[in-house]
Amino acid sequence: MAQVFKPSANTYARLSIFGALFAVVGILFAFAGFNRSDYMTQARVARQQPVPFSHRHHVNGLGIDCRYCHTSVERTANAGIPATEICMNCHAQIWKDSPTLDPVRASFASDRSIEWVKVHDLPDYVYFNHSIHVAKGIGCVSCHGRVDHMNLTWQESSLQMEWCVSCHRNPELHVRPRSEVFNMDWAPEDQATLGPKLVAEHGIESRDDCTVCHR
Amino acid sequence: MSEHKGKDPSYDLQVLRERVAGTTGREYWRSLEQLADSEEFQRFLKAEFPAPLAVLDTPVSRRGFLRVMGASLALAGLGGCTRQPTEKIVPYVKQPELVVPGEPLYFASAFVLGGYATGVLVESHLGRPTKIEGNLEHPSSRGATDSLAQASLLDLYDPDRSQVVSLAGEIRPWSAFVDAMTAETKELVRTGGKGLRILTETVTSPTLAAQLRELQVRYPKARWYQYEPINEDSARRAAVIAFGENVDTRYALENADVIVTLDADFLGHGPARVRLAREFADRRRVVANDAARADMNRLYAIEPTLSMTGAKADHRLRLAAGDVEAFARHLAVRLGLPGGMDSHEASYRDWLGALVRDLKAHRGRSAVIPGAFQPPAVHVLAHAVNRALGNVGSTVFYSEPVVAEPVVQMESLSRLVAEINAEQVSTLLILGGNPRQSAPADLAFATVLAKVKTTVHLAADFDETSQACTWHVAQAHTLESWSDARSEDGTVTIIQPLVEPLYDGKTAHEVLALLLESGPMSSYDIVRAYWRSRNEQQDFEVFWRKSVHDGVVAGTAARAREVALNDDWQSRIAPLSTYAAGERSVEVDIRPDAHIYDGRFANNAWLQELPKPVTLLTWDNAVCLSPVLAAELGAENGRVVELTAGGKTVRGPAWILPGQAERTVTVTLGYGRWKVGRVGKKVGFNAYPLRTERSPWRAIGEIRVVDETHELATTQSHGSMEGRHLVREGSLERFRKKPDFVRDFEHIPTEGTSMFPEHPYEGYAWGMVIDLAACIGCNACTIACQAENNIAVVGKEQVLNGREMHWIRVDRYFEGSLDDPSVLHQPVPCMHCENAPCEVVCPVNATVHDDEGLNAMVYNRCVGTRYCANNCPYKVRRYNFLLYSDWETEQLKLGRNPDVTVRSRGVMEKCTYCTQRINQARIESKREERSIRDGEIETACQQACPAEAISFGDLNDAASRVSRARNDPRNYSLLGELGTKPRTTYLAALRNPNPEITPEADDHGGRGGHGEHSHDASHGVEHSHDASHGVKTDHG
Repeated sequence: MAQVFKPSANTYARLSIFGALFAVVGILFAFAGFNRSDYMTQARVARQQPVPFSHRHHVNGLGIDCRYCHTSVERTANAGIPATEICMNCHAQIWKDSPTLDPVRASFASDRSIEWVKVHDLPDYVYFNHSIHVAKGIGCVSCHGRVDHMNLTWQESSLQMEWCVSCHRNPELHVRPRSEVFNMDWAPEDQATLGPKLVAEHGIESRDDCTVCHR
Repeated sequence: MSEHKGKDPSYDLQVLRERVAGTTGREYWRSLEQLADSEEFQRFLKAEFPAPLAVLDTPVSRRGFLRVMGASLALAGLGGCTRQPTEKIVPYVKQPELVVPGEPLYFASAFVLGGYATGVLVESHLGRPTKIEGNLEHPSSRGATDSLAQASLLDLYDPDRSQVVSLAGEIRPWSAFVDAMTAETKELVRTGGKGLRILTETVTSPTLAAQLRELQVRYPKARWYQYEPINEDSARRAAVIAFGENVDTRYALENADVIVTLDADFLGHGPARVRLAREFADRRRVVANDAARADMNRLYAIEPTLSMTGAKADHRLRLAAGDVEAFARHLAVRLGLPGGMDSHEASYRDWLGALVRDLKAHRGRSAVIPGAFQPPAVHVLAHAVNRALGNVGSTVFYSEPVVAEPVVQMESLSRLVAEINAEQVSTLLILGGNPRQSAPADLAFATVLAKVKTTVHLAADFDETSQACTWHVAQAHTLESWSDARSEDGTVTIIQPLVEPLYDGKTAHEVLALLLESGPMSSYDIVRAYWRSRNEQQDFEVFWRKSVHDGVVAGTAARAREVALNDDWQSRIAPLSTYAAGERSVEVDIRPDAHIYDGRFANNAWLQELPKPVTLLTWDNAVCLSPVLAAELGAENGRVVELTAGGKTVRGPAWILPGQAERTVTVTLGYGRWKVGRVGKKVGFNAYPLRTERSPWRAIGEIRVVDETHELATTQSHGSMEGRHLVREGSLERFRKKPDFVRDFEHIPTEGTSMFPEHPYEGYAWGMVIDLAACIGCNACTIACQAENNIAVVGKEQVLNGREMHWIRVDRYFEGSLDDPSVLHQPVPCMHCENAPCEVVCPVNATVHDDEGLNAMVYNRCVGTRYCANNCPYKVRRYNFLLYSDWETEQLKLGRNPDVTVRSRGVMEKCTYCTQRINQARIESKREERSIRDGEIETACQQACPAEAISFGDLNDAASRVSRARNDPRNYSLLGELGTKPRTTYLAALRNPNPEITPEADDHGGRGGHGEHSHDASHGVEHSHDASHGVKTDHG
């Protein structure tokens, strides 16, 4: 009886054993990569909004400060999404007939809120606080990217925990003078010396305990 | 012996008694089963979580198991990478002033029970009330609350609450009711209100009272009656007998060195309970740095059934409720008053003698408090005794009545019934209450109601009474209403709404306005109009804003009244009716339920599941009987017994309660509702039929055992810690001699023997100390925690499985004889051990230590192995076996604390030291560049505690309150010998026994007095604390 397996079968067997191992590792890597992908995190995906609000126009073009609309960013956990009233402060006079702004005027007239699509959406078990980050000298741009260059807003970062922790463990890489928190253009001359100095000055504790964000 | 002896109880009471007698040293026991060491109890203990297999008993093949495991593993992995669903942000159109999303606001209001207000602050997140807390400015709250006030929040969101107006059960618009009332009014105006009757509960609201008076002016023939099943009739009657006028009696316990209660549960019942608990506890705290001169008050409780007050007593005398009057008379005679008792044959003669000497030694600094459920004679005797002791003006105060119209409510109701029976009533407005259920049985209120042409019932629920009425109008919750109410000291709170009525409920003010000339009006306008009329000279807006903001209307406390005791008071009280229990008859004491009250909280799941302070029963009421009576009847826990009194029969499960007077059984009201929401339906039995007009609190009847059992869900034996020195107690005398007496109980391993590295805690080190000397076991902490931390309710079946979710439980320990033990309460939250046994066994790092010493539980990491709970020596971890949190009901979502995650199935949870509050304070302090101040963080349990038993703060700050408490010599760790180094520690309980009654200045603290029949076995037996230590104290 002829042999069922030729000698080359050994090679195939070895290959498939190693191949399987590589495949498993590869799948894991692919999975990890997929999980971090923009598709999963929805990072860098501009969201359609009921009104195509442009940060580029309002911030970069008109020079309006972040805090004009995001009123509670220095005081509370939420930055605060502006009430229709804040839009109407200007748009009662400017572009007051623009059809693009119909939903805003309708909201103001009917006393019904505009329903914006949430762009930065953390899971419900994460409790982020804007005010403390602002107080400690973390610039808007550090997390939100160049919002002043966005027409429709997208989320710049993955917002995954790994991303949060990377800064919580190394705040000196991102901290800036308090005066520059709302400055979109600020760039450090020498973050390597400025960072640790500001960490000490601002009393940043670099906490990465679970209880800091999870309750 | 009853011939209806059922199957043998799992324990033989005689054997138990001998076992207690035979023990050496101080033995605490938690339940009869434990004492019996019964097989059942052993089984229970061995199963780490009780009855774990009930849901898993379907046979699963190995293959099937692997398949399911594989699939769940794969799904668990995939579950982690779902994309977030798209969410909307809905900002305001015009942002209201002060409202900042993410920052709660607090509004002052009041919780009203039995007519009386307790000042509260209500936390509101974007217009949704989420938590009720005490109002620091309010005299009867002083920052604390009780379990009922806090749990009333859940009623607001109750989906079963009545939502509509209905006519004969059919839904009608409010306008239809307005039209009907307008038509009615025309007729009534013509006849001067002939046939119009209003039945309210106790009214203290100045606005409502003004409306009712206006109504009587407009309709001279109309009448206003008041009835509430739990009322102050005895006190009212007694005041008239004693002083010839209606006055209220208040006690100021901060001045009282000796307190005697005549069946009065002042810590657990009554409008002043929160204030009195504070005043009482303040006098139970001892100052550690001057132990030799430490001083406490002394509490003597005379009562038939163990109450919270009795549990706290230094000496407790078990007496049938019917024998309390005789005791009061003896007491009066001993103080030289005419008590109408000559003989001194009573078995408590020596006990009384010691008590009298103690009272005489504390003239002007003692208080004798009569119970609301005792006949007027006891109250009159108490007035006389207090006067004779010079307590009036120091611990006892009289004032004008706080209620708008003081009446004896039982008479009021029976007059109404008589008028209806005489066909004089054509229109009856019932504003609140559930009289069909709660009226005494002999008035047959259900049949009486049918005789009235038009009946209107304003109620929060469509209940038994609504069913029998023509119109039902949904009543707005207090948190939805404008109104006002007075507290026990008379201080008015203007009740402001936190939210628009969720279901378009109406207030009593709005309903009454329909009958008045003004016509339909909003409660806001009505309440404002009243206060405007009262404040014409000053700037009304200033007054209004300040009053509403503070939750207190300045200068409205009831005026003190000088009263003189009638000389002939003794001849005016009914002669002592001797309580002669026959061979087969027993005394049935009828009491409000500790949590369901008169039945109004029957649909409140928080309160249903809250273990009752003494019995630790949940989801049921029971017939409490003494071990002796139980043995005689052959009844064990859960065996159904039948009570027959005055021709009425009631059946309920028996519960053997140590400390119960021998031939007295106690039942509580409020259960057995049949027209109620989903939560309260078919829960417990209805005890109202035993009440009669003449004797609402006490009946003499027969008891027999029925061949039927009813499973009772108690948390009593759950997580039992098996006879170690968990609660520690000493007498004041012992503390004076040896302030660190707690050390006698323990052998803590020396420092540095741990295998684990020491954590350095450089910043804050959070810790908690619970003072057992102050704790009264009232459960306010448990409900505060439940509201703050979104803790789910699990239901009776799950409680039977030992799966209740409370993060802080209040354990109750008995000590001493079976018949007459003393009681200790111990709240147990997570200990936040520095060497936490739970942390090292978690395979996924879901429970970890943070650098401030918090033992953190990370829900989103937890995969539900439950190893941590297995390894926790304190059994404080709670596991979501099923999806306990309600994720469906929209209303309930509104009431949740947005700062705390709502847990899902398969996740472990436990006390977090209110980490959300710590974080909030930390962020605030950091923004202001300072450190967190002592007292800035209050945990929910600490904040609610009326006894201020809990302190919390930074242990690294030597000056903080918690550090000082921890340095108290009474400080000890629970199971400290395990080397877990708990961050939560306890201060040993103290009692202040009268050396005359507990003669051998022994180290055991005061056990109760020896009641009539309680020649308890432990008396005369050699005691020693810990035989192995050789600390032996002769006692015999």
